[in-house]
Amino acid sequence: MDFELSDEQSLLKDSVDRFVQDNYSPEARMKLAETDLGYSLEHWKTMAELGWLGMPFSEDVGGFGGNAVETMIMMESMGSGLVLEPFFSTVILGGGLVVEAGSNEQIEAIIPSVIEGNLMLAFAYAEKQSRFNLNDVETTATKSGNEYVLNGHKAVVYHGATADKLIVSARTSGDSRDADGISLFVVDKAAAGLDIQGYRTVDGLRAADVHFDGVKAEALLGEEGKAFPVIEKIVDRAIGALCAEAVGAMAAANEITNEYLKTRKQFGTPIGKFQVLQHRMVDMYMEAEQSKSMSDMVAMKLDLGYDLDTKKAVSATKAQIGKAAKFIGQQSVQLHGGMGMTDEYSIGHYFKRLSTLEMLFGNTDYHLSRYSDLS
Amino acid sequence: MDLSFSDEDLAFQAEVREFFATQLPADVKDRCDRGLHFTKEGQQRWQKILHKKGWMAPNWPAEYGGTGWTTTQKYIFAQEMGAASAPAPMPFGVSMVGPVIYTFGNQEQKDYYLPRILNSDDWWCQGYSEPGSGSDLASLQTKAVRDGDDYIVNGQKIWTSHAQYADMIFCLVRTDSSAKAQEGISFLLIDMKTPGITLKPIIGLDKEHTLNEVFFDDVRVPVKNRIGEENKGWTYAKFLLGNERTTIARVAQSKRKIARLRQIAKNERVNGGYLEEDRDFMRKLNQIEIDLTALEYTELRMISMLESGKKLSAEPSLLKIKGTEIQQRLTDLLVESLGMYGAPYEAQRDYAGINEAPIGPDYATGPMAEHLYLKAASIYGGSNEIQRNIISKMVLGL
Repeated sequence: MDFELSDEQSLLKDSVDRFVQDNYSPEARMKLAETDLGYSLEHWKTMAELGWLGMPFSEDVGGFGGNAVETMIMMESMGSGLVLEPFFSTVILGGGLVVEAGSNEQIEAIIPSVIEGNLMLAFAYAEKQSRFNLNDVETTATKSGNEYVLNGHKAVVYHGATADKLIVSARTSGDSRDADGISLFVVDKAAAGLDIQGYRTVDGLRAADVHFDGVKAEALLGEEGKAFPVIEKIVDRAIGALCAEAVGAMAAANEITNEYLKTRKQFGTPIGKFQVLQHRMVDMYMEAEQSKSMSDMVAMKLDLGYDLDTKKAVSATKAQIGKAAKFIGQQSVQLHGGMGMTDEYSIGHYFKRLSTLEMLFGNTDYHLSRYSDLS
Repeated sequence: MDLSFSDEDLAFQAEVREFFATQLPADVKDRCDRGLHFTKEGQQRWQKILHKKGWMAPNWPAEYGGTGWTTTQKYIFAQEMGAASAPAPMPFGVSMVGPVIYTFGNQEQKDYYLPRILNSDDWWCQGYSEPGSGSDLASLQTKAVRDGDDYIVNGQKIWTSHAQYADMIFCLVRTDSSAKAQEGISFLLIDMKTPGITLKPIIGLDKEHTLNEVFFDDVRVPVKNRIGEENKGWTYAKFLLGNERTTIARVAQSKRKIARLRQIAKNERVNGGYLEEDRDFMRKLNQIEIDLTALEYTELRMISMLESGKKLSAEPSLLKIKGTEIQQRLTDLLVESLGMYGAPYEAQRDYAGINEAPIGPDYATGPMAEHLYLKAASIYGGSNEIQRNIISKMVLGL
């Protein structure tokens, strides 16, 4: 039992930390978030050159054979600077699904391009009636000859408007909330009948609502009707990654707020001398520490396999981190007083990203219920 | 990073589990499982079994009778002890004064007191708090005035747990009233049979006699019973409190309580079904289990930091705060699980071998007693508010 990083892992962490330090000052991030694209293709190229885009893939497809722990390390560092590039959408979600469900040919057609930084992916799964339920799928895919034709609407697809290909969950059989009968498809962004309506999200990222009107899928990914276990597994791994991002963001928000308490003076003294604020800050510190412990734990468990215990660990972690993310995000703004209300100052941006992290792939209530159902 | 235990650790775990399964007396286990206070006889019997195996003081250095275990092994031992509902040895000797004696005591003190602690010959109690000195411990007023080879001690201690069973008390006393509060305190070991010591029981919320007032009226204590230097007692006292905090998370005991709650929820009837089908109740239980998991892995992460040679400052205060909050939420939920049978309460006498049938279900004996007693958990060992002050200063630098 060991929570310490290996030498290679420490180097990886230092490398991502340095990238964040060099490129993600609050001012630089705000500028980047305001561009049309919403992130930097140059940074994306750097990430490819440093090997980060291949970190979680096996060596046979040109990856570096990293695992959930390496993903956790990278996501935590990126979270500390609220990095905007679509690493999570492309590598963790999109790449994860292709590797888990795809044939060897499909993996070889897609993953090396992802690793080189030449192909971006996004996962279209949520629908307006589904909330957080992964098997509530009403988008349909109908077989016609050798092809599948998709009809329906996918909601809030993160990085959906800038992806080259979408990975889409659609129903090939069964009723709207059956776990059976869901399939995964690769859809090219240029496919006829595809309408992608891109927009900004509150956390400074980009997402899209995607309408399918008789869209021909490029390929079926994996076995028809059997995609649910694949989706559940990759989403659970993705939740581990998002939790690590939240841990990085919470640590940064706490550091910024703690520093503010030391420097902001009222009544002739730093406000950090007031016990009521000290105890609030201690509660924020404790939530962040416990979240870090859960994030480390779940990464290590995901590397040991995937069973009922892993699923419970994922939901327990998301429930803890969701609670902590809301508390720390909101209290960070509160302790900053008026400064916390400004767009210019960095703390509000942490608050906004922590709020969406609490919600993405199931909020605290959802995961507490899932944990109860699995217990 | 790796969560798995080594083969050696797993073999050790099997050995410990086997020991608790076969050696823990059933009556001792039952009281512990219910959350009832120990009996002195039962606790002593169990401690002697532990000592015979050499497992009385895993945290002591091997040269004084410790086990020489790794931090991971100590963790496994504590987990198995909690899972088996085995009571830990009384903390006042083994966990509190013992480490002070082997760290700051002289050879004669080590040779005399340490074996007597391991063999449960001496039962200790803690003379820290006074009527005017609780969280502000350094303001204590009990005086020790030098008279030849003795100190003459006058004053009063309060909230002294289990003093009625104790042979010895370790005491903070003021030996210099002119110095700054922290600089005039000495650390004395006092025989409870010394003339001039009187006890007055304090009956607690749980209607039990755990707490006491201890009065000192011209009590003669040999100077050789002082630990370390005169007026340096505060240093030793702080060392002791720091030691105490690392054992206070009580994760394994709380896990055992969750198992007990799940068992009760299978038996308690509600709406024609069972309590385990009540989503509101189970949600509370599962939330506590998640919070306990977060505490467990925080403790493991701290252990891992210590094993890799890193130092902790006030991080263990987090374990104390979160650990005691969880203990209290669990006993609260245990009482809640009993429904109306949370109300009947006749202290321990309804369990001490009387002939009448118990009131309500068998598992209703215990939860309320422990719920009441554990209100102290967020107060003792430095209140949870004091722990927040410590983190604020030591970790956050506020």
